Amino acid sequence: MQNLRELYQQVILDHNKNPRNFRKMEDPDGFAHGNNPLCGDQIDVYIKIKDGIVEDISFDGAGCAICTSSASMMTTALKGKTEEEADALFNSFHHALTEDAAHPEDVPLGKLEVLKGVKDYPIRVKCATLAWHTFDAALKKLNGEVSTE
Amino acid sequence: MTNSAQYDIASIRNDFPILGRTVWDKPLVYLDNAASAQRPAAVINAVKKLYEYHYSNVHRGVHRLSQESTDLYDDARAKIRTFLNAACVHEIIFTRGATESINLVAQSYARPRLKAGDEILITHMEHHSNIVPWQMVCEQTGASLKVVPISDRGELDMEQFRKLLSEKTVLLGVTHVSNALGSVNPVKELIQAAHELDVPVLVDGAQAVPHIRVDVRELDADFYVFSGHKIYGPTGVGILYGKEKLLNAMPPYQGGGDMILSVSFEGTTYNDLPYKFEAGTPNIAGVVGLGAAIDYVNKIGVGAIAAHEHGLLMYATSKLKEIDGLRIIGEAEQKAGLISFVLDDVHPHDIGQMLDAEGVAVRAGHHCAQPVMERYGVPATARASFAMYNTYQEIDVLTDAIKKTINMFK
Repeated sequence: MQNLRELYQQVILDHNKNPRNFRKMEDPDGFAHGNNPLCGDQIDVYIKIKDGIVEDISFDGAGCAICTSSASMMTTALKGKTEEEADALFNSFHHALTEDAAHPEDVPLGKLEVLKGVKDYPIRVKCATLAWHTFDAALKKLNGEVSTE
Repeated sequence: MTNSAQYDIASIRNDFPILGRTVWDKPLVYLDNAASAQRPAAVINAVKKLYEYHYSNVHRGVHRLSQESTDLYDDARAKIRTFLNAACVHEIIFTRGATESINLVAQSYARPRLKAGDEILITHMEHHSNIVPWQMVCEQTGASLKVVPISDRGELDMEQFRKLLSEKTVLLGVTHVSNALGSVNPVKELIQAAHELDVPVLVDGAQAVPHIRVDVRELDADFYVFSGHKIYGPTGVGILYGKEKLLNAMPPYQGGGDMILSVSFEGTTYNDLPYKFEAGTPNIAGVVGLGAAIDYVNKIGVGAIAAHEHGLLMYATSKLKEIDGLRIIGEAEQKAGLISFVLDDVHPHDIGQMLDAEGVAVRAGHHCAQPVMERYGVPATARASFAMYNTYQEIDVLTDAIKKTINMFK
C-alpha cells in the first residue's frame, strides 16, 4: 500500500476527515447537484457571488476521500476569486488531471497540486473533478447558460 | 456435499491461467467474481480451437466447416438444456446476455399483453437489468411497476409479496440470488404463489447458476435467464430459457437472418424455436465457449462448488465481523458466496483502491442495484464475491488488507 501514498497524501486524508466549507448554504446565488452514477457519489455545490467575486462557496453530500478532499480544497481555493479566475483554475485543474501537456493559458494550481497524483489512476479522475464540474454548472446556471450535463 | 479431500483446489486453480499472475508484484486475489468470473483453460482452448480449426458461420453452408461449427453450436445448446433440465433444446435461446434475455421477454412477452392498470411485480433487490426493461415496457403501455420490499437482513418481505401479487399482475420478475446482498430468494415458493393466480415468472439467474444447482422444471419457472461470463464462460453470450408454449406464443424480438423460414416483400414466415429469437449471425465462439464452461462446471460439480463457496462465506463472515468499524450489508439466512460491506470513515471507492494495492480485486460501487443502496442508506459498498477457485488463505489476505486500509485512514 506504500505506492498509494502518492494518491492518498496526508493533506488529502486531512481534507477528507475535516472537509472545509462542508455545509448547506441558505439562499445561495447559485447551486448545482453533481452525481457520479458509477459509484453513487453525490456532491451539492453552493455559491454566493458579489461584484463578480466568489464571496462564499460551500458543499455537502457524500463521496470517497478523493472526491471529498478535492471538493474541500476547491472551496478554499475559489473563495475570493473572480469568476474569470475561478473558471481559469477549473480549466487548469481539469487539464492537469486529464491531459499530458500543459496549456498556455493554464494558471498555477497552488495547493491543488497534491491532487495531480490522481492522474495515474484514470478511474479516480472523475472522483477528483466531480465537485469542480458541479461548481462550473452552478456558475453557468447563474449566468443563464444552458448546461449540457 | 463434498469434503476437502475430494475438492482439489490446487488443481482447480491450475486450470485458470490468470490466477498465476501478480498485481503490483503481489499474487492476484480475485474476489470480483459476481461482476465477472475468470475462465479456465478449457474455455479459452475451446474458443481457440474453434477459430483455428472449425470456424465458419452456422446454419448456412453446405460445406464441411459450416457443418462442424453448427454441430459445436448445437452441442452447446444441448449441454445447457441438460444443465438447466429444460424439457427440450428449443426452449434454450442464445442471447447476448441476461440483460438481453430480460429485454426480450419484456418486449416480446409482456408488451403485447400489458394495458393501462396492469402491473409488473419485481423486488427491491433487483439488478438494474431486471428493473429498467420493465420500467420501459410500463411506460410504453401505461402499466405500473410494483416492488416487493426487503428486510434489514436482506430477505424478501413475503407478507408484502402476497399482498402485492394480484389479478392485476401480468408478470413477476425476481432475481434468484441478489448480486448486491447475496440473498438467495425462495423462488420455488414465489413461483407457486404466482402460478396460483396464473402469473408467469421470470427468474434472473445470473448470480445463481454458477453457485446453485438449478432445475427449471422443478422450479416450474416460466422464464429463466443467465449470462455466460459469470459462469466461467465468454462475455457477450447469455441464455433465455422459456417454456415452449410461452415462447411459441411470442412474436420475434428482432428481425433478420436465421429467424425466418421465407421472406418476400409481402410477408415473412418466422422460423421455429429457437431460431425465431436468434436473428443474425450469433456469437458462435461465445456459445461454444459457454458449452465448454458448462462442461467444466459439471466436471467439478455445482454441489461441490456450492459447498466450497459456502465454507468460504462462513469463514470470511466470521473474519470480517471481527473487524471494528466494518458493517456487512445483507445477512440473509440463505446466502450465496458474497459479502457486501462498508467501513466507518472509509468510502468503498477508497477501500477498493487500497485493496488493489495488495493485489485484492473487489468491486466498489452500487453494483447496478441503486435501490438496494438506498434501502440501506449507503452510497455504495465494497463487495468480495467468491468463486470455485478462491481459498481460505485469500480471505486472510483480504482481511489483512482491510485492516491496513483502516489504519491508513485513521
